Amino acid sequence: MPETAALNFGGAINAALADCLQRRPETILYGEDVAKPGGVFGVTRGLQKVYGDRVFDTPISETALLGAAVGAAMVGRRPIVEIMWIDFALVAFDQIVNQAANVRYVSQGRLSAPLTIRTQQGNAPGACAQHSQNLEALLLHIPGIRVCMPSTPQDGYDLIRSAVDSDDPTVVIENRTLYAGEKSQVTTGKRIDDIGGHRVRRHGDDVTVVCWGKVSHSVMQAAEQAAQRGIDAEVIEAVWLNPFDTAAVRDSVSRTKRLLVVHEANVTGGFGAEVVARIVESGVPLAAAPIRIGARDTRIPAAVPLAEAVLPQTLDIVKALDALTAT
Amino acid sequence: MAIDTVTGIKDLAAMWRIRAFEETVHRLRMDNQIVGSVHLCNGQEAVAIGGCSVLRPHDALFATYRGHGWALASGVPPHALLAELLGRSTGVNGGRGGSAHFSAPEYGFYGENSIVGAGVPIAVGAALAARYDHSNRVVMTVFGDGAINQGGVSEAMNLASAMKLPVIFVCENNRYSELTPIADMVGNPDLAARATALNIPAVHTDGNDPAQVRVAMQMALSAADAGRGPSFIEAHTQRIVGHYIGDAQQYRSAQEREADDKREPIARLSVALRSAGIGQSGVDQIEDSARHEMELAEAGALKDPIADIASVGEHLYA
Repeated sequence: MPETAALNFGGAINAALADCLQRRPETILYGEDVAKPGGVFGVTRGLQKVYGDRVFDTPISETALLGAAVGAAMVGRRPIVEIMWIDFALVAFDQIVNQAANVRYVSQGRLSAPLTIRTQQGNAPGACAQHSQNLEALLLHIPGIRVCMPSTPQDGYDLIRSAVDSDDPTVVIENRTLYAGEKSQVTTGKRIDDIGGHRVRRHGDDVTVVCWGKVSHSVMQAAEQAAQRGIDAEVIEAVWLNPFDTAAVRDSVSRTKRLLVVHEANVTGGFGAEVVARIVESGVPLAAAPIRIGARDTRIPAAVPLAEAVLPQTLDIVKALDALTAT
Repeated sequence: MAIDTVTGIKDLAAMWRIRAFEETVHRLRMDNQIVGSVHLCNGQEAVAIGGCSVLRPHDALFATYRGHGWALASGVPPHALLAELLGRSTGVNGGRGGSAHFSAPEYGFYGENSIVGAGVPIAVGAALAARYDHSNRVVMTVFGDGAINQGGVSEAMNLASAMKLPVIFVCENNRYSELTPIADMVGNPDLAARATALNIPAVHTDGNDPAQVRVAMQMALSAADAGRGPSFIEAHTQRIVGHYIGDAQQYRSAQEREADDKREPIARLSVALRSAGIGQSGVDQIEDSARHEMELAEAGALKDPIADIASVGEHLYA
């Protein structure tokens, strides 16, 4: 039964996890500090109380956590594992890349690994280099792993539900700076879409902006500022990165003929490069060379002014919109 | 020394099936009909047959890349296994797994792993699932002496201990961490001690005696069934072949290899059975029967079609 409630990003994810645990008895939810403490950001608060031993805390052992998720999934459970910071996924990357991603393919479908990895990424003020990265590109390079990145409460709810329903290893990349944000009306308990899809946050005719994650909020701010100068941007938030809605982007660019891709991740080798490559390869006529905005290709320093100098800012996006529409 | 000849004959036959298979694989590899890295288990057969003999259909086994013997002992048909190594569409994974990465879950064989130690956390997950799925599943995870130095193996053992999961950790200690003596690579040569430190009951067992292996495995299984959690078995054995086909084993002396050729389980059990009355002809019959079975498997597999290219993109996603 669909219901609507005012939830913030963290609350919406909590509601989705509760609905998953309720509807699917084969789900188990675990990770470091997620059960009794309710998660370091409070996102999994209250779940152990209701769902008992299907929700539990674990040692600091990412390889064991992720490996166990693969194994439990292979024999019929649907694990939802939290990796506290995406930077820590690197500690256990073998279990994602060499293990989870191979299960279905190598076994010709006799085995599968329907696990969900919840993690969060990105810089927050004062965060050090090892707690600030945006690593979706590493995952997107791996055939077999689905990836999504919600940035709004409704998407937080919907994508968690879709990810858990997906029969493939799916990584949901959240952002800790969004958890305690504004509440909005979130419909829960509704029919859930399959994985895939994008969100058109703003319709426009002058330039197509593709973005994902928290930076999508800066993109919308920049789009509003640009609108006041007569630049009408179409903003496509790619909430699903694998599968990625290339056709939707191409259709938009075939109208606007101008492409800007914005992500918080480092520019070189970022997934923005893949988006640009796909659009250029498609042959759709362009009125200007595409622009990618991302973090400078450097490590992320802890001090706030240093980090701000490295990370994409709203002003950078406004300047790019101006540049793209100048001719 | 008294020996139960009935069990002994069964054990020798089971080990000879593996040996004959591995020798077939060796020949096909040298002939380049099988290509790629192949890791044979000649000399380690007693651990595989002893371990598999206690597992039930609802249990799960996770092995290493040296897993042909474990697969055969699980009941995987030699024809389908050979077809897999030969890249045939009739292989257990249609040629996608190959020698080092195949699985056959319908036989309880949840797969080899060509990443050292990576199967251990996965196995612990399958045991974790048993907490919820009423399967009574016990999970056996096999790894080498070299693998125990992978951090993830310790993580997995600790998790299994903390959560009292039904896991049997089997360390096949063949004395070599790939090409390097394990003794030179550890601060403490007693690998089982790592399990004891984690409060996991651990035993050393003679990995060249299938009967002793079986006793240890059964105790571990019973403990898991009774809810007492994981056990660790360090099975001392040896490989009488290289780490991979093509390894010239220059790091082993001739004397060491001769000694290993005598203590390996087929040689040892053959001597015991001959003395116990079945004689050389009895032993030869067992070998011949195994070789015959593998000849048929080879002839069949070589006739099978090559892996299907048209479907190479399938099964990446649901």
